[in-house]
Amino acid sequence: MSAKIVTITSGKGGVGKTTAIASLGIALASRGQKVVCIDGDIGLRNLDVIMGLENRIVYDIVDIVEGRCRLRQAMIRDKRLPGLFLIPAAQTRDKMAVSPSDMMRLGDELREEVDWVLIDSPAGIERGFKNAIAPADRVLVLTNPEISAVRDADRVIGILEAEEKGSPSLILNRVNHEMVKKQEMLSPDDVLDLLAIDLIGIVPEDKSVLIAANQGSPIALDKESRAGQAFRNIAGRLIGEDVPYMDLEEQGGLWKRISKLTGRS
Amino acid sequence: MSFFNRITGKKKSAQSAKERLQLVLTHDRTDMTPAVLEALKDELIEVISRHIEIDPSAVNIDVAREGREQRLVADIPLKAKTRQRGR
Ligand SMILES: Nc1ncnc2c1ncn2[C@@H]1O[C@H](COP(=O)(O)OP(=O)(O)OP(=O)(O)O)[C@@H](O)[C@H]1O
Ligand SMILES: [Mg+2]
Repeated sequence: MSAKIVTITSGKGGVGKTTAIASLGIALASRGQKVVCIDGDIGLRNLDVIMGLENRIVYDIVDIVEGRCRLRQAMIRDKRLPGLFLIPAAQTRDKMAVSPSDMMRLGDELREEVDWVLIDSPAGIERGFKNAIAPADRVLVLTNPEISAVRDADRVIGILEAEEKGSPSLILNRVNHEMVKKQEMLSPDDVLDLLAIDLIGIVPEDKSVLIAANQGSPIALDKESRAGQAFRNIAGRLIGEDVPYMDLEEQGGLWKRISKLTGRS
Repeated sequence: MSFFNRITGKKKSAQSAKERLQLVLTHDRTDMTPAVLEALKDELIEVISRHIEIDPSAVNIDVAREGREQRLVADIPLKAKTRQRGR
């Protein structure tokens, strides 16, 4: 096995990185891939609650790096799917407890164990970000169609290019089609034009994302959710499939079925 | 801007966001600000005018974007010679 290491980062906080990592983990694992998700946000651990695994943590990433446990012991298995694991962040330490070279070593060890390593980067461009991108084969920059998020994404893209990490791909999250139509929100085309990098996914604004978070059940598990579908599509594209972009105008699953029944389009 | 927006004079907020981002990203990616651009223009006109005759009001200097690359583009129309060829 030789895993591909993918990091999601954003510059600005709160744009949906953790949501995306949890869902891509679920989506890849449900295709039979072996996946480990790493929470890179040391001190502000969150991926555990979004994945619903918070009660099962014994060891964390700092325990691995400092040799208090073996790698396998800190990999929490997600019982919903075979082959999905979480390495949680430490909550009581700070980002300096781990270095970029620790992350490279961890990445190399994991390459032999799984198909995919997904790293959830913290916001910002400091140590936690540097740690998260150090072992990455591929970086995905996630942003929202919002002026400050796009600006910060551009900064991060500039840093990634300067560090010769290769050109990242873009996930545009929380697109509200109604607002785009009224020209009150930057469109995916606008954002792509501004950032000038490749696109890997567009995720609609979707209320069920919050509900999924409440339940610790990543949105990709929800077959009816449009955001869930968008993340499943991104997983397909990561694997190398040519997945068409979904119609943003199209309504969600339930509505679609009702309108089919009543003959309305 | 759409025709409708043009006649009503109202710009949709997405358009404002895009235009503002275009300027701010150019500034973030390079050291170029509108003030630097203006200063550059004045000095260029001065230097070029020392050698050849140009119309300062026709000079246009701007940052062109191509993908993530930006270049400084100067458009300086030359004045037609009024004197006879060969003296
Ligand atoms: N597509 C979406 N539709 C609606 N809400 C969303 C969507 N994506 C994310 N959210 C909401 O945005 C908030 C922030 O999400 P999340 O925690 O994943 O961001 P983050 O980038 O990991 O934040 P941080 O930088 O703090 O780590 C959450 O409340 C989440 O439910
Ligand atoms: Mg997060």
